[in-house]
Amino acid sequence: MFADFPILSTVIWLPIIGGLLVLGSGDKAPNVSRWLALVVAVLTFLLSIPLWSGFDVTTADMQFVENTPWIAAYDINYHLGIDGISMPLILLTTFITILVVIAGWEVIQYKPASYMAAFLIMEGVMVGVFAALDAMLFYVFWEAMLIPMFLIIGIWGGPNRVYATIKFFLYTFLGSVFMLVALIYMYFQSGSMGILDYHVLELGLKEQILIFIAFFLAFAVKVPMFPVHTWLPDAHVEAPTGGSVILAAIMLKIGGYGFLRFSLPITPDASNELDWIIILLSLIAVVYIGFVALVQSDMKKLIAYSSISHMGFVTLGFFIVFMIAQNSAADSGAVLGLEGGMVQMVSHGFISAAMFLCVGVLYDRLHSREISSYGGVVNVMPWFAAFMVFFAMSNAGLPGTSGFVGELMVILASFRANFWFALLAATTLIVGAAYTLWMVKRVVFGDVTKESVASLQDINAREALVLGTLAFMVLLLGVWPAPLIEVMDVSVTNLLQHILVSKVGG
Amino acid sequence: MAFDTTQLIPLLPEIILLVGVSLVLVIDLMVTDKERTWPFMLTLFTLLAAGCTTVMLADGTTQVVFDGTYIRDPMSDILKASLLFLAVPVFIYAREGLMKSGQWRGEFMTLTLFAILGMMVMISSNGFISLYLGLELLSLCLYALVAFNRDSSKSAEAAMKYFILGALASGLLLYGISMLYGATGKLDFPSIAQAVVGKESDIVLVFGLVFVVIGLAFKFGAVPFHMWVPDVYDGATTPVTLLVGSLPKIAALGLAMRILVDGLGELQESWQMMLIILALLSMALGNLVAIAQENIKRMLAYSTISHVGFIFLGILAGSDEGYRAAIFYVIAYAAMAAGAFGVLIALDRKGLEVDQLHQLKGLNEKHPWLAGTMLLLMFSMAGVPPTVGFFAKLFVLEAIVSVGLTWLALVAVFFSIIGAFYYIRVVKHVYFDKPTDDVEVEVGGAAQVMLAINGLAMLALGLFPAILMNLI
Repeated sequence: MFADFPILSTVIWLPIIGGLLVLGSGDKAPNVSRWLALVVAVLTFLLSIPLWSGFDVTTADMQFVENTPWIAAYDINYHLGIDGISMPLILLTTFITILVVIAGWEVIQYKPASYMAAFLIMEGVMVGVFAALDAMLFYVFWEAMLIPMFLIIGIWGGPNRVYATIKFFLYTFLGSVFMLVALIYMYFQSGSMGILDYHVLELGLKEQILIFIAFFLAFAVKVPMFPVHTWLPDAHVEAPTGGSVILAAIMLKIGGYGFLRFSLPITPDASNELDWIIILLSLIAVVYIGFVALVQSDMKKLIAYSSISHMGFVTLGFFIVFMIAQNSAADSGAVLGLEGGMVQMVSHGFISAAMFLCVGVLYDRLHSREISSYGGVVNVMPWFAAFMVFFAMSNAGLPGTSGFVGELMVILASFRANFWFALLAATTLIVGAAYTLWMVKRVVFGDVTKESVASLQDINAREALVLGTLAFMVLLLGVWPAPLIEVMDVSVTNLLQHILVSKVGG
Repeated sequence: MAFDTTQLIPLLPEIILLVGVSLVLVIDLMVTDKERTWPFMLTLFTLLAAGCTTVMLADGTTQVVFDGTYIRDPMSDILKASLLFLAVPVFIYAREGLMKSGQWRGEFMTLTLFAILGMMVMISSNGFISLYLGLELLSLCLYALVAFNRDSSKSAEAAMKYFILGALASGLLLYGISMLYGATGKLDFPSIAQAVVGKESDIVLVFGLVFVVIGLAFKFGAVPFHMWVPDVYDGATTPVTLLVGSLPKIAALGLAMRILVDGLGELQESWQMMLIILALLSMALGNLVAIAQENIKRMLAYSTISHVGFIFLGILAGSDEGYRAAIFYVIAYAAMAAGAFGVLIALDRKGLEVDQLHQLKGLNEKHPWLAGTMLLLMFSMAGVPPTVGFFAKLFVLEAIVSVGLTWLALVAVFFSIIGAFYYIRVVKHVYFDKPTDDVEVEVGGAAQVMLAINGLAMLALGLFPAILMNLI
């Protein structure tokens, strides 16, 4: 009965229109706009569930496809569709948005309606990025994402928010405009704006390398990879909790998604040729940024650096496939790398969201993100401490949590590429454990030495609901990742077969 | 060719405008009402009537009348229609601003209407004589309008500068035209186009072309012939800046298209290189210098210069796609510029013009609608989707990539990143800063509604750019 119902369009436009309604409801009756926002967010999530339940896991073709002309003169179409790579990320988006709305419930007192509206609009636009199959449609969503985030950080952010948000905007804008030129160039090579047409477009190696670099600029800034990561700590530190959550949980994933949807399939030979750059930068991110995280005194900055380090795993998993393919005849190892990267993205979406929400809980009470302002929190907030320790453990990759699954898969895959890569990558497990647990030790454990800490109240039902849901997801994905791997398996295998075939002179 | 009254039909929009402006001139003498409601209503009616007539006459055909001096073709239809319809918000904003400063006089309406008439003549000219006639009608009205605030020495100075440089530009243009006439013996564009075939390297022809391009660059305000732009934008009272900054760009594009494409299309290789240099310099200097401006009118002046660079990119592609992109760009730009100056006017207080960036601080707290409008306009100017400014840039980029100038596209996007900074700085002032005073924003209902429409139109055309693109 849902065969012709445009689910993807609904999931994109419902939150955008809902967001505009929330904006229109004004700041005079904040409770009305809060409930309206929650209803829209929950409704969107419920509507996105059929994408999972109705998903055909046996095909790598695009599903739930919608295609109508948008700008006929330039062959630009409103072309939507999802496969096993984009579908989990869409569900992640709709799920996290609910938590963000709930998390901002009481905390945001300044213009709450605009705050909620910005996140809802953001949600629709991000789903659009994952669902777009037309290059221009993708680019429009990709850039449109910047506007709400720019405002969220700039209006509701911390003291240094203006610097952070302008840096964020210009960095990401810089990355993406070169991608625009690459997309236009390919339009004239292929005569179509379809991303899937670009996948089968024959390109010479020199062209591929230039296009690869243009894509690399766009996606590396978004992921972010070393050395273009410097906007992230600033943006995270200054953003309100909800902004940090969306940034870490979803926007960073868009960079990773871009590598899978654009760089690898469109420029496979250039990716093969230049994979050492990405691998090198990923390993630097994993190891060096891990050490940088160790010395942070600001909790949010620490988690921001930890995000960069974890995203290094993702890009490592994506780009070691060429080496694995050279070393072994079977591609099972290569599939492991790609799937490990994907699992790591989803898992990091939950864990980083949870970590930022934990810091948000503390920040709402004491208005400090400094580790040194806390100590002995467990004595006054036992429930909160339990959650925080759990999420810290999963951030460090404790077996049984989702953090372990992705990292293990990538490390296993790295072994097939090169022992030393695997060894270096595995050090994060140690460094990651060191910085997260050390932070937890200083914040949560010990004796209460500060009066401000002694007066802390434990989490209320609303906060417990948000953290509890995330804890459940982290645990579920940790002990039973099979359903997630199952939905992406066919698409990833298909992608792998595609990228291992040279486009040059084919 | 014998005269026959059907030749007047393609000129109906111009005739309606001329009749309207004459009536306004007379009626205004008898009006005692300070708000001049009747002449103003007549002005709007004239514009709408002329605009609707243009639309009704547009049938995709080309008509040449008056011994080959005047042309009505699809390009003139779209340019004139957008000119006339955009003039409506321009008048509404300008009235708001001039009423606030106590300078709302009938002369503004007549001079502006005559300027628009001049623009229409320029757009529809099919030869150098009618083109020059239209250009001078436009320029003389604008010189007078820049000095409209006669008690301000700044305005007088700006008008003087504008007049001298404008006269110089007209002189250069005329000199170029005389060279072209000398080389070809023709004054109407189709004959010139025929006469230049095979003479691409004729020295006199190229010499004339250089002067014509310089004259054009002056009128557009392209670097290095841009010096008048910031001074005029800053010196003129904001309602006049609004006029100077928006509508004449459309006419200037018409001028460029008539001369370079209709007349000298064969010399494309020669003028393409000149336009590349002008475009690069304009984008570089416009975007870089705009960053240093604290005066928002000057900032928008430099921003205009950079947008002119983009419009030139569309023209120099030399393909139909490029011309369409340039037309799309110029219409979108005129609407954005009108809106941006309109917001400034809305913020004006009695006897005090808003022209400093810091005066925009905290606008979101005072007036969220105006703030939202400014947000959309600024992101549109920066070229961020989903606003129309993005598609304007996209179509131009596509046009130049399609003729193999990918490197130029890369340079253009690079400068638009630099440009993004000063546009989002305006958003920063509007949204992120706290207000420095608690003066209420006083803005009339008509201007407020029009501004909201103007801002939302930027978004609507960004979501559905095909609406405008299909017309071009």
